[in-house]
Amino acid sequence: MSFISYLINGISLGSVYAIIALGYTMVYGIAKMLNFAHGDVIMVGAFTIFYAVSMQGLPPLLGILLAVVLCTVLGIAIEYVAYRPLRQAASSLAVLITAIGVSYLLQNLALLIFGANTKAFTSVVTIPAVKLADGQVTISGETIVTIICCIVIMIGLTVFINKTKAGQAMLAVSEDKGAAQLMGINVNATISLTFAIGSALAAIAGMLLCSAYPSLTPYTGSMPGIKAFVAAVFGGIGSIPGALIGGIALGIIEILGKAYISSQMADAIVFLVLIIVLLVKPTGILGKKIQEKV
Amino acid sequence: MKTDKIKLNKNFRENILTYGIVILAYIVIQIMIGTGNISSLMQGLLVPLCTYVILAVSLNLTVGILGELSLGHAGFMCVGAFAGAFFSKCMKDVITVGLLRFILAILIGGICAALIGFLIGMPVLRLKGDYLAIVTLAFGEIIKNVVNVLYIGKDSKGIHFSMKDSLSLGLEEEGEVIINGAQGITGTPKDSTFTIGIILILLTLFIVLNLINSRDGRAIMSIRDNLIAAESIGINVTKYKLMAFSVSAALAGVAGVLYSHNLNSLMATPKNFGYNMSIMILVFVVLGGIGNIRGSMIAAVVLTLLPELLRGLNNYRMLIYAIVLIIMMLFNWSPKLIELRKRFSPKRLLKKTREVQ
Amino acid sequence: MRNFKKVLSIALASAMAMALLSGCANGSNDSDASANDSAQTETGADNTQTETGADNTEAAESNNEASGADSEAAGGEVFKIGAIGPATGGAAVYGLAVQNGADLAIKEINEAGGINGVMIEYNFQDDELDNEKSVNAYNTLKDWGMQMLVGTTTSGCCIAVAAETKNDNMFQLTPSGSAVDILKDNDNVFQVCFTDPNQGIGAAEYIGANSVASKVAVIYDSSDVYSSGIYEKFAQEAANQPFEIVSAEAFTADNKTDFSVQLQKAKDAGAELVFLPIYYTEASLILTQANGMGYEPKFFGCDGLDGILNVENFDTALAEGVMLLTPFAADAEDEATKAFVSAYEAAYGDTPNQFAADAYDAVYIIKAAIEKSGAAPTDSVSDICEKLKAAMPELSVNGLTGEAMTWDTDGAVNKAPKAMEIVNGNYSLIQ
Repeated sequence: MSFISYLINGISLGSVYAIIALGYTMVYGIAKMLNFAHGDVIMVGAFTIFYAVSMQGLPPLLGILLAVVLCTVLGIAIEYVAYRPLRQAASSLAVLITAIGVSYLLQNLALLIFGANTKAFTSVVTIPAVKLADGQVTISGETIVTIICCIVIMIGLTVFINKTKAGQAMLAVSEDKGAAQLMGINVNATISLTFAIGSALAAIAGMLLCSAYPSLTPYTGSMPGIKAFVAAVFGGIGSIPGALIGGIALGIIEILGKAYISSQMADAIVFLVLIIVLLVKPTGILGKKIQEKV
Repeated sequence: MKTDKIKLNKNFRENILTYGIVILAYIVIQIMIGTGNISSLMQGLLVPLCTYVILAVSLNLTVGILGELSLGHAGFMCVGAFAGAFFSKCMKDVITVGLLRFILAILIGGICAALIGFLIGMPVLRLKGDYLAIVTLAFGEIIKNVVNVLYIGKDSKGIHFSMKDSLSLGLEEEGEVIINGAQGITGTPKDSTFTIGIILILLTLFIVLNLINSRDGRAIMSIRDNLIAAESIGINVTKYKLMAFSVSAALAGVAGVLYSHNLNSLMATPKNFGYNMSIMILVFVVLGGIGNIRGSMIAAVVLTLLPELLRGLNNYRMLIYAIVLIIMMLFNWSPKLIELRKRFSPKRLLKKTREVQ
Repeated sequence: MRNFKKVLSIALASAMAMALLSGCANGSNDSDASANDSAQTETGADNTQTETGADNTEAAESNNEASGADSEAAGGEVFKIGAIGPATGGAAVYGLAVQNGADLAIKEINEAGGINGVMIEYNFQDDELDNEKSVNAYNTLKDWGMQMLVGTTTSGCCIAVAAETKNDNMFQLTPSGSAVDILKDNDNVFQVCFTDPNQGIGAAEYIGANSVASKVAVIYDSSDVYSSGIYEKFAQEAANQPFEIVSAEAFTADNKTDFSVQLQKAKDAGAELVFLPIYYTEASLILTQANGMGYEPKFFGCDGLDGILNVENFDTALAEGVMLLTPFAADAEDEATKAFVSAYEAAYGDTPNQFAADAYDAVYIIKAAIEKSGAAPTDSVSDICEKLKAAMPELSVNGLTGEAMTWDTDGAVNKAPKAMEIVNGNYSLIQ
């Protein structure tokens, strides 16, 4: 019975990773950059909801809306100021480093504004936990909501990219920026839109992360951010269903590794599995194999 | 033939300039120490500066010359630091000559790191780009995590080893725990000095610059520029990739030994050996110019000094640091700004005035 | 491209040279520069205070004070106390508490006329929870002219800095660095808090003697010096006690969001009590998750758990019945604590935790030691250290974190830990 309960815990943790990984993978797929600041946008979203809902007593939906709007604006602003000037830079590493700079900036800004004290986030999820097998196994409301959100977002993104004009423009930009421009696509606007969507997802991820694990500090986003990045790579970075599969798989491996091998080495186990998967399938579980042309 | 000679000379000149900067910095600082014109802060920073310069140069070998993104450089530093400190602590009473012990520790740290680099490099160097980056990050984190649960003790019966806790070592009464898990190694002799640090920098430069300008180095760079073309002309890609990667790891290990012998207590925290540090070293390399050895040295020095010099700003220190980092990156890499800077570069302006005259 | 790189490297090189020069300028005219420096840091600190919601009059007051202290600084007639702790990064909450706690005590002392009529100047430096940065912070303070160190906040950094203070023979009193290695061979270092072994053994003895439980589970942070230090001694002592450790599970600094496995194991092993030798940030998550899975053991912690009731918006009902061994509780009823808490809240807009109280006590302990030994601000750093070292074992100080605290010559503190239980959302002393 404890195995099932571990498995369910793994899925709840994994669903949180998955929802963060969706934002990562979305931005990576289109803009081809690792946005290291994504985890910190999540933190900003969570703080917004915390102050709106827990402190000011606004209705949760309004708080979430506020966070989504704020994070979207933040995402667009970050892209415009810090990433766009470097898009044509000689090396793609330049923008990676700037992203790290932005991450430091957001963390330290949050530290000055919100203070270092831990805040307890009030869960915005009101669905009660489901108890199975005489209460030996519990599935929390947060887990259910997170998984539903993941699936809805995943389907939504897939439909958006494949069926709408803006989505098709994104695909074109991700294939070849130059050719897309020649076809009359506004590359800058398309990439801004990508960041807007990615940051809006970050706000939702922030809400779900802090609802499931209700402790909020200026550094809340950074470690889950890295883990979600790992999850995105695991599933094949750039692939939207891959993010979901990678996230859940990572969560389950982490929990089972902790439970059955060693709680001190949980991270080492996760990373070891990641390495093995990548050695067998070098582009992740659902990643596309790219043949290099001579 | 003639152009070849000029090119060689140019290379030679460039290298001499690089060594010259290091030696000049050493002389200037020695004079400042001699005349007592240096603050305790600066004096304390000298060895860390050497450490970071070596790390930046060694990572530049992987990122700039080999062209592979590694996010696990701090892991190799960690291996070197712990191997070296472990040796020094064990041999504290056996080898009493500080310098000899330290040289041996450096060798051991370097060799251990190279070995780990080789073992890791063998499977992972087949991967490309961001996937390689994430795998090196993973290895770095694994190394940190394993070091954190490592317990090694010594008593009259020999060396005891455990991965659980220090109690399960089963030491005798007078036994000594050397590596105590997360509490790390305490009481490493303080053998690192600025002079040794500078010698190690020069040695690192010698190794890296000679490698770049050798037949092997050109083979490595050909892999960076076009793997398939390099393969087609018969270059053993795996061999050269591994060579660059292990040398880079070994040098990081040496930097680790220097780091661990500068501090009394050595612990593997996310701050000093986690991915944060790996990324920090990558920042040195990218800011200084990928493949530009001198640039990465200067960037390492500037970025290490910056937060210390900003201490007057108090709690705003790290905020300003982040802003400065972003601005420096934009300034150095943005194509538009580069264009702008070219237009107003002093050299060009000088030329213009000359033309007018 | 090449040209540009040349220009860049020249620019960077000159920046470096400037940095070096400014570095040595600081060193060469120490006494002159220090007055400016301290003015800078003071105003900086005040700015943050206003930010965190301090009332402006207070800030203005301390500004005046700072300038008052400055004029005296020129004459060299002040005691210079430095403090170190993490003010940025994940552990910032502890460093900032030390910063504010010491600041408050120093302001009070200065208002009351200083130590033997001598004012105190104060400077706090950030170490980012990194050993190397901590040594840098120490060197910065040395350049400033520090005579006594209240620090460092965390154990790991403290070990590294203690080696340096030992070298310089600088008097060091750490408010919250609890590892034993801090004191080992360093006769110039003293502690305000209990050492880790004391806490671990104390907790085990308490649980055993009061038969709180017979089956005990432990959840600890294996990547943290403080936590793993306590766990080690607790496990050792548990062998002599009438209870059994049925499960001991760890977590690490990189893996501290999900505790379901550790809790599940404790539950499956039938533990009646979960021992948490960790800090309250993680503990608040553990309490929430235990509640979520319907597991209701008794929770027992050490001094790191103090502050759990002050987590903003925390549902204190979850912490009901948590027991902790701590020297300080913010809502204790005695006059000293009440006065301290209200002054702290007024000045920094936060409820003080144990770290703030330790730092506050540390400053008063230094004051007592100076008064006892007659150390003067004109003495050299080493002389002050020798005098204070001699005075420490003869002291008996009543502070927030302990009545009649005394010290051994090796630097460890003797005071009685208080066992607290959280009842109705408040700490209450267990008799």
